[in-house]
Amino acid sequence: MNTVIQTDKLTKRFGDFIATNEITLEVYKGEIFGFLGANGAGKTTAMRMLCGLSKPSSGKATIAGFDVYRETEKIKKNIGYMSQKFSLYDDLTVLENISFFGGIYGLSDRQLKEKSETLIGRLGLRQEANKLVASLPLGWKQKLSFSVALLHYPKIVFLDEPTGGVDPLTRRQFWDLIYEAAAGGVTIFVTTHYMDEAEYCNRISIMVDGKVEALDSPANLKKTFQVNTMDEVFYQLARGAKRGE
Amino acid sequence: MKQFITFLRKEFAHVLRDKKTLLILFGMPIVQILIFGFALTNEVKNTKIVVVDQARDESSQQLISRIEASRYFEIETILPDAKEIDNAFRRGSVKMAVVFPSNFGPDLAHLKRAQVQIIADASDPNTANTLTNYMSSVIAAHQDELNGNSEIPYRIQPHLRMLYNPQLKGVHNFVPGVMALVLMLVCVMMTAVSIVREKETGTMEILLVSPFKPLLVMVSKAVPYLILSLINVVTILLVSMYILDLPVNGSLLLLFAESTLFIITCLTFGIFISVKTNSQQVAMLISLMGMMLPTIMFSGFMFPIENMPVALQVISNIVPAKWFYIIVKSIMIKGLGFSGIWKETLILAGITLFLLVVSLKNFKIRLA
Amino acid sequence: MRTIRFLLQKEFRQIFRNKIILAMILVMPAVQLIILPLAADYEVKNINISVVDHDHSPYSRKLISTITASGYFVLTGYQSSYKEAFRLIEQDKADLILEIPASFEKNVIKENSGHLFIAVNAINGVKANLGGAYLTSIINTYNHDIRLDMAPSPRFNDQSRIATTSTNRFNALMNYRVFMVPGILAILVTMIGGFLSALNIVKEKEVGTIEQINVTPIRKHHFIIGKLVPFWVLGNVVFTIGLLISRLIYGIVPAGDLLVLYCFVAVFLLSVLGLGLLISTFCDTQQQAMFIMFFFMMIFILLGGLFTSTDSMPPWARVVSQLNPVSYLISVMRMVMLKGSGLKDVAGHLAIVGVFAVVLNTWAVLNYKKTS
Repeated sequence: MNTVIQTDKLTKRFGDFIATNEITLEVYKGEIFGFLGANGAGKTTAMRMLCGLSKPSSGKATIAGFDVYRETEKIKKNIGYMSQKFSLYDDLTVLENISFFGGIYGLSDRQLKEKSETLIGRLGLRQEANKLVASLPLGWKQKLSFSVALLHYPKIVFLDEPTGGVDPLTRRQFWDLIYEAAAGGVTIFVTTHYMDEAEYCNRISIMVDGKVEALDSPANLKKTFQVNTMDEVFYQLARGAKRGE
Repeated sequence: MKQFITFLRKEFAHVLRDKKTLLILFGMPIVQILIFGFALTNEVKNTKIVVVDQARDESSQQLISRIEASRYFEIETILPDAKEIDNAFRRGSVKMAVVFPSNFGPDLAHLKRAQVQIIADASDPNTANTLTNYMSSVIAAHQDELNGNSEIPYRIQPHLRMLYNPQLKGVHNFVPGVMALVLMLVCVMMTAVSIVREKETGTMEILLVSPFKPLLVMVSKAVPYLILSLINVVTILLVSMYILDLPVNGSLLLLFAESTLFIITCLTFGIFISVKTNSQQVAMLISLMGMMLPTIMFSGFMFPIENMPVALQVISNIVPAKWFYIIVKSIMIKGLGFSGIWKETLILAGITLFLLVVSLKNFKIRLA
Repeated sequence: MRTIRFLLQKEFRQIFRNKIILAMILVMPAVQLIILPLAADYEVKNINISVVDHDHSPYSRKLISTITASGYFVLTGYQSSYKEAFRLIEQDKADLILEIPASFEKNVIKENSGHLFIAVNAINGVKANLGGAYLTSIINTYNHDIRLDMAPSPRFNDQSRIATTSTNRFNALMNYRVFMVPGILAILVTMIGGFLSALNIVKEKEVGTIEQINVTPIRKHHFIIGKLVPFWVLGNVVFTIGLLISRLIYGIVPAGDLLVLYCFVAVFLLSVLGLGLLISTFCDTQQQAMFIMFFFMMIFILLGGLFTSTDSMPPWARVVSQLNPVSYLISVMRMVMLKGSGLKDVAGHLAIVGVFAVVLNTWAVLNYKKTS
């Protein structure tokens, strides 16, 4: 099994506050890895470190084989990212956003044309291709964002609460896209606090107060905690939490 | 009342947390005053000039030394002939050329009459005029010295006295203007942007559906800036009085009262802008373009209003800063009491009332 | 290189869709250049003079009519006492008081010495200077005429006289607008360049799109170049619009080479844009960026020599002025437009502004962190 993400006691401190506390985990190629935790548990901080957006305070990490301290730019070539706050350009059209980000990642003009066509078709955005992204409903923006993150054939895609605020049908469609990508060999690292989505993942980890308190497949976790749903697993772990709401 | 305090606490927290902006808010007036006080002056001194001495005799040297000695002028070079004058002007550093003809000495000695040519760079007409006047007076003084203490018959002696500002310091003009500018900027822009930001981020809607009166919300946003601005007024006055030696001839209490009135006028303006706009960028732009520029132009402290075409003079009447500027100058420099400024005060109050009414009428309970 | 192409495409698309920026680019030059020069007329005219004449003699009356005939002064009226006249000054109805004492004429003729008392409201230094100078000059000429009238005495012929002739170069009509317009053009270019660039990166920070950029392998200097170029172009466009307006409305045509002007403006823009970008990297909200930019802009404009000369500044202020790119722009604008200075003359200024551009932009690149 190929390890694409490996961390060893990865930590991030803000002054006295330890946001991420010595997390150690491994993620394998092609798996859908769910990164769960309550609000304030430290998920986004951890993810930003793995993406090269934030420098760790201590500990080690390797993403796609590159060191998180010294080779962040190489990491970025090999990953895709979808932030919690929608970050495509509202004042550009769908096509313009695709060609911009594709171009930045080094796709050739021909590749861009092909991929735009495929993407628009796949997402059913043909009518909206030349409309400003601001006019799209949230669900479509999310799907577009995800697709843009995949444009350059990254090895890993980081998704930060990608389905926040969308209706159940759109969520299903979104996860279809995720499965498709994973089937193509892309590793998915997704944070969420929808527990039913946890069931869709190959393995999940649960963060509480900055530490990883559980790391296993959903089935095994349910067995370990002797409960029937992921909801209850989560509740067991998180209720002792000191941070969050 | 308790609700109001709650709002106030929140607003103060917002304002105090933004340290970068706070720094500028307090630092700016001080820096402005210091610049205006120490760096900007209309006084003419050390002006670089160039001298063309085609005579090169003792007489011309004498006059040239006298010019050199004057604090108005600094001779950059002495050129041998007039060909280089234009180049010297073009190089940009000299503002005047003084030309001595080749027979200056002999003419003065034998004919008792000699000529000197003064060429001024009239790009800036006022400076050119002033410099020409000064140079003429230096030359005239030299002429008098040559003639010894001989009696000049039928002499009329003018005695000039400068009122209020004997050293022609710019402070007296500038400090009231800076006060108006800073208060305007802080109160209008900050209030407007702060309210609009809540609209943009959506928190305004939450406030509007709450049982609190929307007016309360707006006022609570304005109050921190009221306090900040009063602090600014105190700072400006302290710096001006103690570092720039600006006298305050009138009543400080009256000055504060009038400043408070002006601050309220500006805050109301800020609220008015926020009621009419929905994006921070637009609010900022309107504050800058619609407020700053007219204030600088029409308050009277940078540009003399009486020189403007009539249409602009009329426009200047609706700029609150113009009236505030007059009020401050009257109190600080002329030492006038309320009787001297009641008219202007009334106008300011009127503008405030008008803005308040318009804002209230336009305030929408439901955001579009 | 390709990255830059994509960046520029994006930026220009965004700019053209942003109605506010477009409005600014078109409206600001118009407003500033049309209204400001009208407002910024420093020419001193219509000085109000109040006369207190205790003498009522032919001499005093002649003096007064000479003064009013000069065109500089407007007679507000005759007051019967200095106190009354002073009230006019308090009310800003008079700028100057001329007090002619009783027996003025008698003293001039019999005692060879007559005195006049002038009080000037010196709150406005410029007006006071010129008003005082004009009045003194008129009185001196009047005095000279009296002497000639009374027939030259032998002693008079022994006096040496140095006569001065004065000429005005470059602005023979002494038109204040001609002086102000290049300065205002300079301010225009500075403000547009500075504000637009300062707000730009911060907006991406506020909205969140900068995260998406930071997570790509894009090189920092490419990103900054991608931000610089569009506003550089805009700055030049605004400058051109400004030149056109100056030509059409004021008939001001650069006396010197247009190419030299553009060359300088091109380099200057890089420095002011660099400053805007640098400020952008330090701020988190647009409000902060705007405020800080405004602060710098104000200092630069005031200390740049637009309204008052840099010569009369104290040494420390002159040093600051030398660190101020805007002072060089204002100088060069005036030099080239009014005096026809050439490339040789502005080469020094150009070099200095070039150094600013390099330093500021490099600092911006270094300060912009993709990983925080």
